[in-house]
Amino acid sequence: MPARRIPFLRERRPTGGHTSLPVLFALAAIVVFLVAGSLLSSIFAQQTVAGLAQGAIFGSLALALVLIYQATEVINFAQGEMAMATTYIAYQLTLWGLSYWLSFFLALGIAFALGVVIQLVLIRPVQRSVIAVVIVTVGLFILIDGLVTWKWGADLKFMPAPFGNQVYHLGQVAFARNDLGVLIVAIVSVILLWVLFKYTKLGLAMRAAALRPAAASLVGVRVNWMLAIGWGLAAVLGAVAGLMTEPTQFLQPTMMQAILLYAFAAAVLGGLESPAGAVIGGLLLGVFLNLIGQYVGFATSELRLPIAFAVLLVVLLAKPNGLFGRKQVRRV
Amino acid sequence: MRARIAPRLIVAAAVAVVLALLPFQLSGYHQGLAARVGIYFIAILGLNILTGYTGQISIGHGAFMAIGGYVTAIMSHDHHTNLIATLPLSLAITFACGILVGIPALRFSGVYLALATFALAVSVPQFALKFSKFTGGSNGIQASETPSYEWIYGASWTCAAVGFVAAWLLLRGRTGRAFRAVRDSEIAASLSGVSLPIYKTLAFGVSAAFAGVAGSLFVISTNGFAQPNEFGVLLSLQILVGAAVAGLGSLWGVLVGALFIGLLPTISADVPVVGSAHGQDVVFGLIVILIMLLLPNGFAGLLARAARARTRA
Amino acid sequence: MTALLELEDVTARYGPVQALHGISLQVEEGQIVAVLGANGAGKTTTLRAVSGSVRRDGVLRFDGRPLRHRGPDAVARLGIAHVPEGRGTFAELSVTENLRLGAYVRRGSGRDDVTRVQEYFPWIEERRHQQAGTLSGGEQQMLALARAFMQRPRLLLLDEPSLGLAPLLVTEIFRIIKEMNEREGLTVLVVEQNAHIALQLAQTAYVLEVGRVALSGPSSELQEHESIRRSYLGY
Repeated sequence: MPARRIPFLRERRPTGGHTSLPVLFALAAIVVFLVAGSLLSSIFAQQTVAGLAQGAIFGSLALALVLIYQATEVINFAQGEMAMATTYIAYQLTLWGLSYWLSFFLALGIAFALGVVIQLVLIRPVQRSVIAVVIVTVGLFILIDGLVTWKWGADLKFMPAPFGNQVYHLGQVAFARNDLGVLIVAIVSVILLWVLFKYTKLGLAMRAAALRPAAASLVGVRVNWMLAIGWGLAAVLGAVAGLMTEPTQFLQPTMMQAILLYAFAAAVLGGLESPAGAVIGGLLLGVFLNLIGQYVGFATSELRLPIAFAVLLVVLLAKPNGLFGRKQVRRV
Repeated sequence: MRARIAPRLIVAAAVAVVLALLPFQLSGYHQGLAARVGIYFIAILGLNILTGYTGQISIGHGAFMAIGGYVTAIMSHDHHTNLIATLPLSLAITFACGILVGIPALRFSGVYLALATFALAVSVPQFALKFSKFTGGSNGIQASETPSYEWIYGASWTCAAVGFVAAWLLLRGRTGRAFRAVRDSEIAASLSGVSLPIYKTLAFGVSAAFAGVAGSLFVISTNGFAQPNEFGVLLSLQILVGAAVAGLGSLWGVLVGALFIGLLPTISADVPVVGSAHGQDVVFGLIVILIMLLLPNGFAGLLARAARARTRA
Repeated sequence: MTALLELEDVTARYGPVQALHGISLQVEEGQIVAVLGANGAGKTTTLRAVSGSVRRDGVLRFDGRPLRHRGPDAVARLGIAHVPEGRGTFAELSVTENLRLGAYVRRGSGRDDVTRVQEYFPWIEERRHQQAGTLSGGEQQMLALARAFMQRPRLLLLDEPSLGLAPLLVTEIFRIIKEMNEREGLTVLVVEQNAHIALQLAQTAYVLEVGRVALSGPSSELQEHESIRRSYLGY
C-alpha cells in the first residue's frame, strides 16, 4: 500500500501587503455617499436598507464559496442547492413540531455533516483535477435539485418567520424587522468566522492547510480533515444564507439559483481569497442593484443579473483579483 | 506514426458509415434525438478547442449558441433567408463575438475566466428578454421554415463531420501546437515566440464559431423557435459536462460526450424513481457524478489508459 | 540498545524514478548524525522517507516500532519534526502563528514552550507579529528551527540548514542545534552539503552516493582520512 500522499494542491505565494489604499478610499466614499443619500431621500434610504439586507444574503453565500475556494481552489456550483436542501430540512423539522430556532440550529448541524460527507465521498477522490471537481459539483447541483423536488414538490412552501413581520419606521423610511435580522445574522457569522480563524487552533490549522498543505502536514495537521471541515463550515454558511432567504423568496427548489449567481459575483468582486471581501462585495452589490433599479429606468428586472455581472467584469478589468484580492506571483 | 493513425481512421470511417445509414433506420422522433446529439457534438468540439487545447475554461458556450440561434431565427423570420444560408452568417457573427470576448478574457485566467464566461452565459438570455423588439422577448422568435427531421439530421451531422475534420486539421498543424503550448505553459509559450494574445483570442473565436453553428442548428431542430430559456445556464453546464465526459484535449471522445448529454436525459426520464417526473434529474446527476469519480479524465482518459496498458503489455 | 531511528534497506521513488536504492542507517538517541553527499545523492529523499513525504518501501523503525506507511502528519505526532528544504515556514502567517503551528501536535497551551524558544532565539519576542515571509533568510531558518523545537520532538530532521546563509549565521545556527542537542537531549539527523561544518557537529556521518550509502562512520575518522575527504566530501 503506498504511503498516503498529500493532496496535490498548488502552493500559493501571495506577495503579502494589505488592502490597497485606493480601495479603502473608494469604500469610504461609497459609505459617505450612501449615508448622505439616505438622509436626503427616504426612498434612497429604503432601497439602501433593502439592498443591504439582500446583499447580506449574497454575502453569506459568497462567504461559503470563498471558504471552499480558499481551501481547495474550487468553485462549488452546488453551494446554492446545498443551502436550499438544508433549508428544506429545517422546514421538515418544523413540520415535525420543532420550533423555528431549534430547527434552524439543527439544520445547521445537519448542513455541517452533509458538507463533510460530500467532501470526503465526492470531492476528495477527484480533487486532483479541477475540471472533474467542477463537474461533480454540477452533477450534485442537478442531483440535489431532483431529490428535493421529488421529496417535497415544486410548489411554494412557507416557514414561520424568524424575526417576525413587524416594520419599524424612522421618519419616512420603513425598515422591515426581518431585513435587520438578516443583516445582523450575516455580520455575526462573519465575526464568528473571523474569531475562529484568528484565535483558535483549529482555525489556524485550517488556514495552514489551505496555504501550504505540505508544510501543514509536516507539523501534524491532518490536511484532508481540514478540507472536509472547511466544506462543512461552508455548508453551514450556505444553510444560513438559505434560511435567511426563505422569508422573502419562500421555499421552492429554485430559490437559491439566482442568489448563487449573485453570490459568485459578490465573491469575485471581493476577491476570492478574502472572506471579508465576499461579504462587503455582497453588500455593495445588493445596494448597487437596488439603487440602479430605482433610479435608472433602463435597468429593468431582466437586467439585474447582467448588471451585476457587468459591474463584476468592470471591477475585474481594473483589479483582476477583486477588490481585496492579493496579486498572485507566478512562479516560472 | 502510421500504425497509430490507421486504426483511428478506420473507426472514424466506420462511424461515418453508421451515421450515414442511421436515419433510414430511425423514426422521426429518434432522428430528432440523433440530430440533437450531432448538435451537441459540434458545441462540445468547440469547447474542447478552447478549454482542452488552450486551457481557457469557459462556462459560457450557451451564450454563443444563443447568439447563433437567434441569428438564424431572426434572419429567417425577418428576411426569409434560407436556413442553410444562415449558417455561414451565424458562424461569422459568433466568431466575431468570440474574438470580442477573447480580448478582455486575456486579462483573466483560471476560475476568474470561468466566472466571467459564466456571467456571459447568464446575461445573454437576459438580454434576449430585454430587447424583445428584436428577439421577441419571452415569446421568442420563429423561423419561417421548419424542415423535416431527416433534413435536420443531415444538416447537423454534415456540419458535425465538417467541423470535426476542420478541427482535426487545425489542431494538427502549427495552430494546434501553439494552442497546446499555451495550455501547458503560457510563460514558456510566450518565451518561445508564441503570441499569446493572438492564439488565445483565435481559440475563443473558433470555439465560439462552433457553438454558434450548433446554436443555429439547435434552433432549427426545435421547430425553428428561438427562446431565451432554451439557452439558459443549464445549457452551458451541459456542454461543459459533455466536454468533461468526452475528455479534454482530445477529439476522439467528443462523440461519447455528445451521446452522453444528448441521450442520457431522455433515457433517465424512463427510469422509474418512485414514479416521479424528477427521477430524470436524480439519475442524470448521479450518473454525472459517478462518471467523474470513475473517469476523471473522461472518455479520452480511458482511451489513453487503455493505450498505455497496451504498450506495457 | 535499540537505536531511536533505524532504516533498513529503504527504497524510495518519485513516480517512475527511483531515488533511493536501499539505504540503511541508524541514529542513536541523543546523537547528531549527518547525511552527506553530492547533489542528487538522495539525502533529501532520505529525510522525506522518514517523515513519510515520499513513497517508500523497506523497514523504518522509530523507537523500535515500525513506521509503516504513515503520512507526514502521523509521523509528526509520533515525535519527529522535519524541517524540509525551503524551511516549511508559512510565509503568509506571522512569526507567532508559525510557532503556534509548531506546537500543533502538543496538548495544552504552548506558552512554556514559547519561553524556552525565546531562550534560544531572543529576537523572536519583538518580531512576534511580523509576517514570516518578510524575515531575512537567516531569520527564517531560525524560525523554522524554533517551529520544530516547539513540537518538542524526540527526533529532528534537518534538511540543509546552512543553505543560502552567510558563514557567520551558519555557525550560529549550528551552535544552537548543538545546544539543543546537549541541553534537551534532542536527537538530530541533519542533511548537509557543507560536509566540513556538518562533521564538526555530528558524531556519526553517512555519505550517500546515487541513492546508496557509500560509507559511514564516526566523523572523526571521516575527517582524518584525506582520500575520503577529497573523493566524497569535496575538501
